[in-house]
Amino acid sequence: MRALEVVETGPIALIQDLGRPGYAHLGVPPSGALDVPALKLANRLVGNTEDAAGVECLFGGLRLRATTSCTVAVTGPSVAVEVDGRPVGSHAPVWLAAGQVVAIGAPATGLRCYLAVSGGITVDTELGSRSRDVLSEIGPAPLKKGDVLPLGTPRVSDGADVVLPTTAPAELIVRVDPGPRAHWFEDLAAGLAKTWTVTAESNRVGLRLDGPALTRGDDYAERELPSEGLLTGAVQVPPNGLPVVFLADHPTTGGYPVAAVVRQASLPALAQARPGTLLRFHSSTRVWNR
Amino acid sequence: MRWRAYGEHAALLDCASLAESMAAHAAVSAARPDGITELVPGARSLLVVETPGSGALAAVRELLADADLDHPPEGASREITLDVTYDGEDLELVARDAGVSTEDVVRLHTGAVYTVAFTGFAPGFGYLTGLPEPLRQPRLSAPRTRVPAGSVGIAGEFTGVYPRVSPGGWRLIGHTRTVLFDPRADRPALLSPGDRVRFRSAR
Repeated sequence: MRALEVVETGPIALIQDLGRPGYAHLGVPPSGALDVPALKLANRLVGNTEDAAGVECLFGGLRLRATTSCTVAVTGPSVAVEVDGRPVGSHAPVWLAAGQVVAIGAPATGLRCYLAVSGGITVDTELGSRSRDVLSEIGPAPLKKGDVLPLGTPRVSDGADVVLPTTAPAELIVRVDPGPRAHWFEDLAAGLAKTWTVTAESNRVGLRLDGPALTRGDDYAERELPSEGLLTGAVQVPPNGLPVVFLADHPTTGGYPVAAVVRQASLPALAQARPGTLLRFHSSTRVWNR
Repeated sequence: MRWRAYGEHAALLDCASLAESMAAHAAVSAARPDGITELVPGARSLLVVETPGSGALAAVRELLADADLDHPPEGASREITLDVTYDGEDLELVARDAGVSTEDVVRLHTGAVYTVAFTGFAPGFGYLTGLPEPLRQPRLSAPRTRVPAGSVGIAGEFTGVYPRVSPGGWRLIGHTRTVLFDPRADRPALLSPGDRVRFRSAR
């Protein structure tokens, strides 16, 4: 059987594809790779369709042994990649002979690297996806030493992309639009434009931010919000005034107001925001309180 | 009703009541314009997400502008009966607060027909509306850290069943052995918005 065997996992290594959108009404988050362009690129580099399942590796430390020859590629932030201890580099297809071990180091910036393998990882799907959802615990369990990951049939590569590794900035500008409850807050645009710090409580469910608390307008100070739908990128503000930016494994409904919504194009950078990253929201909307 | 912007490809319909949001959900579900990727009812809202460029949001807006939400389409709502053993840890508390016997609590809870208004909290967790007035009671002041899977609870205007072990603050009146959520099943969630639910007392 074509397979990859897990030798070491690093802090957390999860199988991810493009997720399972369309089930929010059943309480199931979309899940899927947080840095979608990085997973798609890794798949293209090894000749897969973009939706094949790969490994989302948090802060390196992943080592996988090939049981038969295959091609792998590692994307995301720039990172050291080795085969049997020999440096081979990221963002390029790397051929592994049977028995060889590919190792991903800790990225110099950012958080999450993606490893794709020719044929893709073909563990069983749940609700049409192989993504691990850490909130609902749906999908394949986090990788552990000794796991054997079955691979599909490789395709012929269409030719490799030419790509430069990205660098995750220490200060992030996140583009947003007003959310459904923007009018609950006082001076929201100014508040969001201040400098926020990504905290260590952040995960695939959401980025938790610290900074100058957002305040509600007088009319909404004590208002309870009946549970309503949530989306990836929703900037939810609990009573303490410190925003949570929901990522792919977010709850599907929530009872705190959503003040703003992150633009799709700004989502991949959030996947790479380490604790301590400084973040400011930017909006081109002039009128926030309707 | 009022539409509110929700990012680039979604909009949230603010509704005046739970009944109105359920009616709006039923109307959109019945017509189901192409290009809707998510349709998420809430307690007083309906979130609609479209495929970029599909025009589905505009179609839904138009549809609801003309819809008679006092008489929403019945649709093909399913009816599900759940067998419940009424032995919950809070059964006596619920009876006391309702001013009735525990037998009466069971009679009241099994006597109503409920509708799945919306979901959330966990996959397969449905908020069921239709709870008889005496059973509309507040959550526990201190939530439990561990509620067993299958626990049947009440909170405010809702009743529901915990699909899996989790923390929870609802008052527990019983439990069911029925599996509420199985991600590998053809129909992963037993309860979907709009479904009708009855509870039956089982020993």
